[in-house]
Amino acid sequence: MTAMQHDPAYNFAYLDEQTKRMIRRALLKALAIPGYQVPFASREMPMPYGWGTGGVQVTAACLTPGDRLKVIDQGADDTTNAVSIRKFFERTAGVETTEHTAEASVIQTRHRIPEAPLGEGQILVYQVPIPEPLRFLEPRETESRKMHALEEYGLMYVKLYEDIAHNGAISTAYAYPVKVEGRYVMDPSPIPKFDNPKLESGAIQLFGAGREQRIYAIPPYTQVVSLDFEDHPFEPSKADHDCDLCGCGTSYLDEVITDDAGGRMFVCSDTDFCAARQAEGHRGRLSAEDAA
Amino acid sequence: MTPLLQVRDLTKRYGARLGCGDVSFDLYPGEVMGIVGESGSGKSTLLNCLAGHLAPDEGQVIFDTRGDGPVDTLTMSEPARRMLGRTDWAFVHQNARDGLRMGVSAGANVGERLMAVGARHYGDIRAQAVDWLGRVEIAEDRVDDRPRAFSGGMQQRLQIARNLVTGPRLVFMDEPTGGLDVSVQARLLDLLRGLVREMGLSAIIVTHDLAVVRLLADRLMVMKSGAVVETGLTDQVLDDPQHGYTQLLVSSVLQV
Repeated sequence: MTAMQHDPAYNFAYLDEQTKRMIRRALLKALAIPGYQVPFASREMPMPYGWGTGGVQVTAACLTPGDRLKVIDQGADDTTNAVSIRKFFERTAGVETTEHTAEASVIQTRHRIPEAPLGEGQILVYQVPIPEPLRFLEPRETESRKMHALEEYGLMYVKLYEDIAHNGAISTAYAYPVKVEGRYVMDPSPIPKFDNPKLESGAIQLFGAGREQRIYAIPPYTQVVSLDFEDHPFEPSKADHDCDLCGCGTSYLDEVITDDAGGRMFVCSDTDFCAARQAEGHRGRLSAEDAA
Repeated sequence: MTPLLQVRDLTKRYGARLGCGDVSFDLYPGEVMGIVGESGSGKSTLLNCLAGHLAPDEGQVIFDTRGDGPVDTLTMSEPARRMLGRTDWAFVHQNARDGLRMGVSAGANVGERLMAVGARHYGDIRAQAVDWLGRVEIAEDRVDDRPRAFSGGMQQRLQIARNLVTGPRLVFMDEPTGGLDVSVQARLLDLLRGLVREMGLSAIIVTHDLAVVRLLADRLMVMKSGAVVETGLTDQVLDDPQHGYTQLLVSSVLQV
């Protein structure tokens, strides 16, 4: 929760004002048509594609000097991607940063939605690698755009059919396709399908794909339905364990290999959530005894 | 009786060259029409114009739809035309790879059309896929194999199953037996003839193989250089060809 001095060599939040204006226009259009992929003129950013260039541009366009920013990568606040993007905005925007979900007004995320419920006044920005849910089945962009326009989504079910035919159940575990407000089928970026029910929330959710030059959005309280078959309904899934540090049985878990003799532990992927529970005195199987 | 398909003065040009010119005919329900001619005579252009894959320059293609009666498919909206392509129409490509999704299983290939028209029950989709694979003589245990693992003849039969599963009324076939060896061709023709008669399908078959039309087609249209040079009942055209080109075509068939 440190406010840094904004480096005067950069415009506020790195991007120039014209670019931010262009991105905001795309964001407004995306919010007006939930789930629709709006093309935008993605800029070259001082980081490689795949590291969150889309998310960073959307965050830059949303930030105001009064915002408090949180950045997570796979749920964690302390991984390389999260730390470097947080530092980037500390330096170029001088905004306050935090690791606490409830205190943040803008959260940039990769691959997770925080466990703590999000509410009005918060913006969740996703980094998206491939925005087109139909891409792996229909390689032609002209054709996939036409399919979105004409609402021809039968092909999306072909993928789910294949899952069941080969694995007995819908085995798609992440980037699970959803239908937004009964109209557009959308790829919710590679979040685990465990997080899909959380896509319906009071927060504004913005998705930025830098390399693919697309922005899309889910406005607050928008209906988001995960696709499924009548006889194989959608099921959010997680590892069948409790967190070994905080004992939580309902959060999404990462599996960590601890030695080369088959040792492993399961920990909450949301580090802020796990730390908060431990601070409240919750303990898991592998918690240090002295801390208890 | 209303014709299922009425074609009027259909013309398609590729720049200065003529693809097909002033083609008109009626196709009645349950009727199978063959279009024969040499390579480059405009048969495939004509078929693609009829099926909505190419936009002709002039003419009308009036299809007797289930809901609204005869409608010109060239002026109808694109969503409606694509819907026809998924429901009442079927298109069998010469090369099965053009008509199949090679990356997904045979069952998904057959099920795709069902899912495209709103089927959302996995068990039902799979049961129909297995049923249709059986009808085209593909064993049930191949339902989860990808078409890549199938022989050429099986791929072609799979393509036919995939097209007929939604119960279309009009089937366009572009050289359905091209590239298959003769014994496989014979079985495929036998199968097609059975399905066409059993389901009461109307079909337009483009081919340069006169044996195919002799077996399948009720009527025949002979094309040369983009124009129709002779039409008539199949046996009549083949046994008593009037136009010089048709005579050449019929006499060119090797007798074994």
